[in-house]
Amino acid sequence: MRWINTRPSRGAQLTLTLLPFVLLVAAYATGSAARLAENANDKLLPSLTGFADAINRLAFLPDARTGDFLLWSDTAASLVRLFAGLGISTVTALLIGMAIGLLPYLRALLAPFVAVISMVPPLALLPILFIVMGLGEASKIALIIIGVAPTMTRDLALKALELPREQIVKAETLGGSSWQIALRVVLPQILPRLITCVRLQLGPAWLFLIAAEAISSDSGLGYRIFLVRRYLSMDIIFPYVVWITLLAVLTNFILDQIRIAVFPWSELEKQG
Amino acid sequence: MSELIIDNVWKEYGDQIVLENVSLTVASRAFVALVGPSGCGKSTFLRMLLGQERATKGTILIDGEPLPAEPGPDRGVVFQRYSVFPHLTVLGNVLLGKELTASKYKAKLFGAARRAAIEEARQIIAEVGLSGAEAKYPAQLSGGMQQRLALAQALIMKPKVLLLDEPFGALDPGIRAEIHTLMKRLWNETQMTVVMVTHDMREAFTLATRVVAFERPRDRPEEKQRYGATITKDIAIWPPRRAGEPSHFSPDRDGPVVLQGLRRDDPSSSPSGDK
Repeated sequence: MRWINTRPSRGAQLTLTLLPFVLLVAAYATGSAARLAENANDKLLPSLTGFADAINRLAFLPDARTGDFLLWSDTAASLVRLFAGLGISTVTALLIGMAIGLLPYLRALLAPFVAVISMVPPLALLPILFIVMGLGEASKIALIIIGVAPTMTRDLALKALELPREQIVKAETLGGSSWQIALRVVLPQILPRLITCVRLQLGPAWLFLIAAEAISSDSGLGYRIFLVRRYLSMDIIFPYVVWITLLAVLTNFILDQIRIAVFPWSELEKQG
Repeated sequence: MSELIIDNVWKEYGDQIVLENVSLTVASRAFVALVGPSGCGKSTFLRMLLGQERATKGTILIDGEPLPAEPGPDRGVVFQRYSVFPHLTVLGNVLLGKELTASKYKAKLFGAARRAAIEEARQIIAEVGLSGAEAKYPAQLSGGMQQRLALAQALIMKPKVLLLDEPFGALDPGIRAEIHTLMKRLWNETQMTVVMVTHDMREAFTLATRVVAFERPRDRPEEKQRYGATITKDIAIWPPRRAGEPSHFSPDRDGPVVLQGLRRDDPSSSPSGDK
């Protein structure tokens, strides 16, 4: 058999999927044990029980100063910013992207502009945002939007342009106006792509969020990580990083399931 | 009535002349097959009838009126591919035309109007032989079924003219024969004029009332740019076929196309294979 034709069985597939994760944890555990054996007060690679301790402290015991359960209040603060940013980006990208894809006049007006804007490095704009919008929530959400919306807009415009011309012509012969074609032919075919687009932008969105929180904030997952960095609290930083990753993975998975449930045909197309 | 008058039409893309001096009068309820070598402008001509492209010179009249500059509900179309909407079920695809004409802003029908439209759509779906597949998405249909669906979708608009751009070219011979029978029946039962582009001579002569051949009269490399294709043959089928009248000359002739061995353009025959 050629290698390209050999396929793992179900069990083997599951084992292979889990293997890298298990290896990573094992490698960490050995490394940490080795360092702690040398110096019991080592802070760089805390033991797994150290993590459990920190998680327990942050998630299930109220903070001595504020009385909040820090992990949850941080998560809530970050997720509100993240989803506000992603939500506004999604709506803008959908509206502008469809307009660019469908209407030649708006394409001439906006496509090059959006292409240039999407090349502006968003983090370089962060000081401007802080100066103009202050240090509150607005500037952080704005950073996510500036970082994510132009790329999404371009992606959706391309997707709208990629629809076979035949389909649009066919819709015209069925008596459709520009508005009706946008509503019944283009929009429904773009929405699955929009969801995929949001999934792909989750990474950048988290990046911009944590960057903004690191610089100026009083709550949030990114804020906490950068705060405890001063005390070399690896026992807090590591669980927070894992938690952020988990949130991102979960959002990614849920979005994809939503796509399959709401647009079953988009999954059929993929297989076909 | 749905007479097409094409008068001295030219089509140029920049310096390239694609069609020159094309004049053709298509009688109401005729079935015209356009044949010719690849790249001779048959499809361009069809797209001009559709309104997707405009003639550089000359006029096209439909029922004495100049052809509208964009596609509209009076001219239905079936392309070789991409004619159906992948995000709608079979029923949804056929309903779409009804919904677009009846509901200006929402483009959706509700209540009694929707039920009536569904009733009509189901009838047409049954007519093209897709009963039972109403809830399926196009990706779940075979190529032949997708083309039947595209036909149903166009027919619900009751177009004056139906334009077919190699609609059955990608189908295998058996399915093609079936859909020919269907096409012939639909043409007999409805009021529409049909213009079909095809590569398949057999198909052209079996279905059409008239076969029109496009060709470049001057085709030397140095002439290609400045001389376009034009109509070189215009063959009326004899004995004549008329829509709505049974053919009593030779019933056999108007039967479905039966495969007689592999032809070179069949997808199943290998290009290098033995003849």
